[in-house]
Amino acid sequence: MKKTPKALATAADLDARRASINTETKDKIFMCAGGGCIASGAMAVKTALLAELKKHKLDKTVSIVETGCMGPCSGGPILLMGRDNVYYQHVAVADAGEIVEKHLLKGEIIERLTWKEGPKQKSVPVQSDIPFFKRQTKIVLRNCGIVDPNSLDDAIGRNGYQALSKLLTSMTPDAVIEEVKKSGLRGRGGAGFPTHIKWAAARQSPGAVKYVLCNADEGDPGAFMDRSVLEGDPHSVIEGMLIGGFAIGSSQGYVYVRAEYPLAVERLQRAIEMAREAGLLGQNILGSGYAFDLEIRKGSGAFVCGEETALMASIEGRRGEPRPRPPFPAQKGLWMKPTVLNNVETFANIPFIILNGGDAFASYGTAKSKGTKVFALAGAVNISGLVEVPVGTPLNDVVFDIAGGIKDGKSFKAAQIGGPSGGCIPAEYLNVHLDYESLNELGAIMGSGGLIVIDEDACMVDVARFFVDFVREESCGKCVPCREGTRRMLEILTRICNGQGEMADLERLSTLGTSIKSTSLCGLGQTAANPVLSTLRHFMDEYKAHILDKKCPAGKCTKLVTYDIDAEACVGCTACARRCPVACIAGVAKGIHVIDQKVCTRCGTCYDVCKFKAVRRNGKSK
Amino acid sequence: MVKTEKKCTCGGVAASDAENHARLAQVIQEYQNKPGALIPVLQIAQALFGYLPKDVLRTISEGLNEPYSRVFGVVTFYSFFSQVPRGKYVIRVCMGTACYVRGGQAVLTALEQELKISVGQTTPDRVFSLDVGRCFGACGLAPAVMVNDDVHQFVQPGQIKDILAQYRKPTA
Ligand SMILES: Cc1cc2nc3c(=O)[nH]c(=O)nc-3n(C[C@H](O)[C@H](O)[C@H](O)COP(=O)(O)O)c2cc1C
Ligand code: FES
Repeated sequence: MKKTPKALATAADLDARRASINTETKDKIFMCAGGGCIASGAMAVKTALLAELKKHKLDKTVSIVETGCMGPCSGGPILLMGRDNVYYQHVAVADAGEIVEKHLLKGEIIERLTWKEGPKQKSVPVQSDIPFFKRQTKIVLRNCGIVDPNSLDDAIGRNGYQALSKLLTSMTPDAVIEEVKKSGLRGRGGAGFPTHIKWAAARQSPGAVKYVLCNADEGDPGAFMDRSVLEGDPHSVIEGMLIGGFAIGSSQGYVYVRAEYPLAVERLQRAIEMAREAGLLGQNILGSGYAFDLEIRKGSGAFVCGEETALMASIEGRRGEPRPRPPFPAQKGLWMKPTVLNNVETFANIPFIILNGGDAFASYGTAKSKGTKVFALAGAVNISGLVEVPVGTPLNDVVFDIAGGIKDGKSFKAAQIGGPSGGCIPAEYLNVHLDYESLNELGAIMGSGGLIVIDEDACMVDVARFFVDFVREESCGKCVPCREGTRRMLEILTRICNGQGEMADLERLSTLGTSIKSTSLCGLGQTAANPVLSTLRHFMDEYKAHILDKKCPAGKCTKLVTYDIDAEACVGCTACARRCPVACIAGVAKGIHVIDQKVCTRCGTCYDVCKFKAVRRNGKSK
Repeated sequence: MVKTEKKCTCGGVAASDAENHARLAQVIQEYQNKPGALIPVLQIAQALFGYLPKDVLRTISEGLNEPYSRVFGVVTFYSFFSQVPRGKYVIRVCMGTACYVRGGQAVLTALEQELKISVGQTTPDRVFSLDVGRCFGACGLAPAVMVNDDVHQFVQPGQIKDILAQYRKPTA
């Protein structure tokens, strides 16, 4: 048992503590314990590894470090061997014995579990040689996948709280804001508002009580960057908030985390407690006289609560309805006090900026957008997961060079960026630079960083309908354009998907969309039409195919799809009949099967399960 | 640990109603003077009772000195709060973008047909409730379905029967 280290009373104590931490990694196995890998069975792998270590009497020397997200979620469970940086993926419980016997004891690499690259599937064992990792630049994720989020020492060993210590001993609040200004950091929550302007405004607002809020609502479906940062490196966010509090003159912060993220809440809570015990939160931090504390507030399943004024209403215990601005939160925010609200990723950048200087941060990115951005890659890509690249990196590099291109040899149709507020980028703009301005020009937005890759199997009208349905459901109902407008847009889109659309509907969609955009109260409504307008702009032929030809080219819109069974290909395996949820397939074993079109709900199950390509969609087999 | 006989069979709720009410009273006491206490107290109450019945809402309204209408307004605003009892297993089909484009809708349709309930409903035997989720952060494993805390990944409509069977199995 380790004895509890004593509290850190001064900056010198923190230095001493850092110096005493052993950062040697050779006897460590790093295991990704991010949400994705846990879902893939990482914990069972850990148990098996521990048993094997014990069996070989290595349990005293070799330890397993549970880290946050390492990035390539689709490869989970993942291990990184500390002794030689070898990276193993898709590790199963049954592999544990071999990993200990071969890798740890004999130093042999287990090819079967290594990373495979390119069409030839060449094995690339060492993590730093793998293109997915090599091509990234990590500032926000600097500790994710390396530290144990439940260990304060791990954080301190990687310069955690060093920026705080620096500013408490040698900087004024104005100097901190100046450094953030120099960095050019813009908010990562979606709108890209310059962080230093918010901070300076809140600093100048009169009042003894001020608040720092961290937005961890991450409502954009398909985004999991903030979750991964909180789960993998909570101390960087705490430190960022401490710095924000110092800059604006606040002593209380809140982190608003969505209800769907229990693991993030658990790890952040533990990190807050550890920081408090060590004296890094609370009164007189590091002997400087600065006082700051943090509390977590959990959301309750309302997307609109990611909007700043709604979020504050929710913390106050009310319905999360936005209110008009001004007054801006920097003047009248939480409980009518001056408040700064920033996104998780924004805060995670702050310690780096203070420690290395704004210029170091500004050396990444483009003229107008500095630093890096974390993207959550998902959808039809080979490697889905977290990726951090300098702002302005071409979409093409992210999708093809880093994420390994499109799954199953299909073709790229679009990238959806920015979630329900964003838009779809078609293949002809694959070279677009991922920065705020270039994306806006194409009718998309940088957003929070969700990047969903869409292949030829998806119907773009259906994707637009999906987002409108999302915002319709999540609209808080306070203002008419958003509440009613999204409903009307959904009706029109549903009509088109059902084959009952008319050409005039396209005009209606674009007028309605434009007016919802310009008249809604908050960002939810103001951006609700973006997925529709951007698909109208880039995928007009798909809309026309639904309306004029009554066809869904992707075969997604069920009303425009039929399934039938090719009598020549059917071998009578009965798989489809057994799986059909409405039992509308007739046929006996080894006999030809037939779908009853009157009962068929077009769910596509038969098409999925048929191993003989006998089930046809719109007359075409798989 | 001593196990007591319990009459209540409402799926998985461990403590008796009286114990829960006693605990709720404590929680209200703890939170009474905290600003913005209503939502945290409702969250704890829902975890205790499994849902938020009227008497619980009334207790909270009185305990925190908030008008009942305001408590009710908050409960109906947030989708996480439920005023009806839920099944032993809450199935949540992810309808986040990644899951949607990877076939989440087909999974949901198959579940609705198989369970003969629609989203928001509970089977008459109170074994399953069906809900949609908006992204569990398992987007790399899409489409994802959560059954209570288990995440099932890369789910195909054809697997639904097998997945449900795992939970339907009578436990000895
Ligand atoms: C409907 C809506 C939802 C939002 N959801 C989020 C969210 O989940 N996370 C987030 O950081 N910002 C979200 N925002 C943006 C916030 O209002 C706010 O601009 C941001 O948190 C500020 O932080 P930043 O300056 O660091 O970006 C949302 C905005 C709107 C209009
Ligand atoms: S979209 Fe389904 S888990 Fe994220």
